[in-house]
Amino acid sequence: MAAAPIPLQEDLASRPGRDTIASHLIRWTFISVSLLFLAGLLFAPLATVFFMALQKGVHAYLHSFADPDTASAIRLTLTTAAVVVPINTLFGLAASWAIAKFEFTGKSFLITVIDLPLAVSPVISGMVYVLLFGLQGWFGSWLQDHDISIIFALPGIMLATMLVTFPYVARELIPLMQQVGNDEEEAAITLGAGGWMTFFRVTLPKVRWGLVYGVILCNARAMGEFGAVSVVSGHIRGLTNTMPLHIEILYNEYNFVGAFAVASLLTLLAVVTLVVKTLVERTGYRRR
Amino acid sequence: MRIKQPSVLPGFGLTFGFTTFFLCAIVLLPLAALVIVATSTTWHDFVHLVLSPRALGSYRLSFGASALAATINLVFGFVIAWTLTRYDFPGRKLIDALIDMPFALPTAVSGIALTTVFAQNGWIGRYLEPFGIKVAYTWIGVTVALTLIGMPFAVRSMQPALLEVQRDLEDAAETLGAGRFYVFRRIILPTVLPALLTGFTLAFARAVGEYGSVIFIAGNLPMKTEITPLLIVIRLEEFDYKGAAALGFVMLVISFVVLLTINLLQGWGRRRIIQAAH
Repeated sequence: MAAAPIPLQEDLASRPGRDTIASHLIRWTFISVSLLFLAGLLFAPLATVFFMALQKGVHAYLHSFADPDTASAIRLTLTTAAVVVPINTLFGLAASWAIAKFEFTGKSFLITVIDLPLAVSPVISGMVYVLLFGLQGWFGSWLQDHDISIIFALPGIMLATMLVTFPYVARELIPLMQQVGNDEEEAAITLGAGGWMTFFRVTLPKVRWGLVYGVILCNARAMGEFGAVSVVSGHIRGLTNTMPLHIEILYNEYNFVGAFAVASLLTLLAVVTLVVKTLVERTGYRRR
Repeated sequence: MRIKQPSVLPGFGLTFGFTTFFLCAIVLLPLAALVIVATSTTWHDFVHLVLSPRALGSYRLSFGASALAATINLVFGFVIAWTLTRYDFPGRKLIDALIDMPFALPTAVSGIALTTVFAQNGWIGRYLEPFGIKVAYTWIGVTVALTLIGMPFAVRSMQPALLEVQRDLEDAAETLGAGRFYVFRRIILPTVLPALLTGFTLAFARAVGEYGSVIFIAGNLPMKTEITPLLIVIRLEEFDYKGAAALGFVMLVISFVVLLTINLLQGWGRRRIIQAAH
């Protein structure tokens, strides 16, 4: 009978191949749902930042940076990042060398502790330093007697930022160093190279893209940290206000152009971070 | 600590010493201070601090909104990850790069931007207003902010798993007469399930502790739109260190449980991949 092949043909036609109407429908539904979701949640807020910053014209936008408090907030953020990022990079290199090059007991515990700040609320990361160095904290009265201020001052801001951002470099480098192995290093040492020479001439070139990746992520988080810094800073205008904290103050004073102007700088920083990240990935480096 | 395997490479003492010293000074000592301050109160006081009506209200919002946001991210994160891994369309690479934006964007920026967009006269808020939906300054706004910051974690944990799905299995199943939904349920879902759950948990973990982006869009009314991290900050500003430490301790314990869950889920996912390979 001729009836038998027809269901098969229909079956083939309705098979979810590339060119059926249903598969086109599904394809475009998925794409439009994704784009709509991202448009509302991500693209609209991003556009708003620049729209609000420029709503009174370019002149008002540029003028808002002339405010001395804004200028000092930018300076404080840059200073903090300039201290915190190199220290965290050094830590990341040391931790990844120790963890990737050697086998020792308690290694997985060490890795867990390194990841800890990522799981903890930034507010808690700031609070722990208040408990230690705050006026009623453990070392509070001793610090006051010796006229050292950590909380509501620059050292507290740096400590809190350091705690929040230090896993980023280490997390990039540990899996990368484990993956590339130790053969070249062992060869270099056997051939008489010193430890530092091996590190700078063999290891560093091998992991350079992972290092760049970790450093830019660390920098972006350090400049943008809000919760932890907010707890330890004391919000003293022109003195202990970082850029994110200054955004909050300007916003709460209804100075929207000022708030979004500072926000636009941090948004541009985020864009630059993503561009560098994309370029690094283009070199063939993939995040694990 | 002792090296298990001897190595010709130098620098173990230096790097290991620096790493542990740094970790002790920056992480373990401060966290120990938190635990000690939190547990130095009597049991009765601790319970009183941790289970006060205001604290309970903040847990309800923090955990409820985080769970809802993580669920939204589970669904839409999957749709986005699927779209980015399966379909080619103009601008796909740009969208893929922008997924990490909420991660790179400072939370204060996303906070004020979301509030402006979802306020009553905002770009999106004005269209929701006639339907009686208020987003900014309500729990819905909190959920929106938590969805945004959890989104990259959900998408990025699902993408590699979707690439793992064996297309030839799908094709074989389709050839053998399986329907679209059947293929999804029996082939795609089992492969990506650990990644889906990991994405959900990561988004949840990230959302529970979030502070910066939420405080702008939440009304910050006690019992209604006050998240737990904000309550901690308020206690600190009142110099109530014990109250703040007690709440922080509760959040810390929950973070540990979530961290443990993530590790178990990732282990499960790896074991499944290894089993599938054999």
